[in-house]
Amino acid sequence: MAAVQVSEAEKVYLMHGVRDDLRLDGRRCEDYRHMEIETDVVSNTDGSAKISLGHTDVLVGVKAEIGKPRPMVPDEGYLEFFVDCSANATPEFEGRGGEELGVELSNVLYKVFNNRHSVDLRSLCICAGENCWVLYVDVLLLQCDGNLFDAISIAIKAALFNTRIPKVRISEDEEGGKEIELSDDPYDCMRINVENVPCIVTLCKIGHRHVVDATLQEKACSVASLLISVTHKGMVTCVRKLGRGSLDPESIFEMTEAGKRVGKTLHAPLMELLQKEESLGKKRQKVGFLG
Amino acid sequence: MAVEMRLPALHKHVSLTTSQPHRDDKHLVVPGDVITSDTGFMRGHGTYMDEDRLTASVAGQVERVNKLICVKPLKTRYNGEVGDVVVGRITEVQQKRWKVETNSRLDSVLLLSSVNLPGGELRRRSTQDELAMRDYLQEGDLISAEVQSIFSDGALSLHTRSLKYGKLGQGVLVLVSPSLVKRQKTHFHNLPCGASVILGNNGYVWLYPTPETQDEEAGGFYTSMEPVSVSDREVISRLRNCLLALATHKVLLYDTSVLYCYEAALPHKIKDILKPETMEEIVLETRQRLVEHEG
Repeated sequence: MAAVQVSEAEKVYLMHGVRDDLRLDGRRCEDYRHMEIETDVVSNTDGSAKISLGHTDVLVGVKAEIGKPRPMVPDEGYLEFFVDCSANATPEFEGRGGEELGVELSNVLYKVFNNRHSVDLRSLCICAGENCWVLYVDVLLLQCDGNLFDAISIAIKAALFNTRIPKVRISEDEEGGKEIELSDDPYDCMRINVENVPCIVTLCKIGHRHVVDATLQEKACSVASLLISVTHKGMVTCVRKLGRGSLDPESIFEMTEAGKRVGKTLHAPLMELLQKEESLGKKRQKVGFLG
Repeated sequence: MAVEMRLPALHKHVSLTTSQPHRDDKHLVVPGDVITSDTGFMRGHGTYMDEDRLTASVAGQVERVNKLICVKPLKTRYNGEVGDVVVGRITEVQQKRWKVETNSRLDSVLLLSSVNLPGGELRRRSTQDELAMRDYLQEGDLISAEVQSIFSDGALSLHTRSLKYGKLGQGVLVLVSPSLVKRQKTHFHNLPCGASVILGNNGYVWLYPTPETQDEEAGGFYTSMEPVSVSDREVISRLRNCLLALATHKVLLYDTSVLYCYEAALPHKIKDILKPETMEEIVLETRQRLVEHEG
């Protein structure tokens, strides 16, 4: 991943700051940088969102296509993830440089989001065993400034909220053949219930404490971080350790508790914002990429 | 624990055009703009000839020296000049030299013969010194230095042959565009608010707690690892956010502008300074004071 170099003295300064609960930009250990979220930014997707968190910029697009359900779960649709690391973010991503990170990110996203506790996969079923909606979630990293996971998860939640899947009807002809009919009305569509979609909180262990929303510099000073995905009720759906270092059980417990607490508080403002944006409707001037 | 989410707003550029109508008489161009079709001028940096018309190739301000026309870009890599103060990061330790990243197009060079060795004595550099190079400066270390000369390919040769230059200790690095740093007699400032700043000409700004004793025996290689007090940290963090606010709104950075901005930011919480609306407010106040100060 895009890494920054930090000298020993800078590291010491940063770590003492974390110990004193005052980070380089004046935030406390459990503060996020301020986020700007906009949905419906790409017109040729079924749902899209763009988030900027500090200098981290992520664009998410959701496309719905009709596919075949997985044989193990014939009555459920599924989500597919693809993360594209743009060379705009850092020159390291040029060519195939971003592939490794992209695969790692999409695997984690698959684990976190593609289960029936997060998204109501049953609602994506069209005809059990034969047809279902497949949601292709494409993530594009435009700029990296730390804390990719959290930003991506919030953007995915926003994009899923924004997603509108056209309603379909199944008609049967006399010989028993089934045909899928798409509704003529473009506004006749189904929405996804995002209530239980989790948000990811990444906690970076720095010194004896942990911080959320670490910048690249802070990440360079931490040995290991813990990724926790939390729903609005505070239910933990996925925990993962990232980084080379090790964490002792006590700090994992502490970090999980902190992650739960922080994760719970992410959902309410996000939903409020999304609803507010929707209520503004077409009146709102879109900012897009030129703000 | 605080989460701040919002819809993006179109960013306005803070300016005092209403109160100062004739201040914006600078000649600003974007790439492709014709600067002049008069053939009596010479083509400088940032321009090209398009069918006898002098055209800008970068976005920035037109500068004229007699018959030479240049465009000084707003956003650029650092173009070094001899005597500039720069802040850089060591990227490589090589034979008799360090490679330093200074935001220029090519890595700069710091020769072993152009540093003051610990102890401050001036002597020939022996092979022992060469072997101990990594003890003085290693990869990732930050230094302040002066540009000694420029190679023919544009790479810079640096020197730290003065006690004010050398390895940097605890503090925060802020990256801004080099064109936002105002050239001044001195780039080392001990600000009255309780911190010091090195405004590198290359756009690297180093904020650090004001050292108590000015003369260090180690010749710039000694770094204190003692914890910095919380009050100093607060000042440094506030300054950092102020610098970023000024840079976002393209205000020239020098001691007065930084200090005015710091004072304008005092009523706000440190982390709130980076919010767009607070940033706007602070920068506007700073500009107002700068204009008053000039006039």
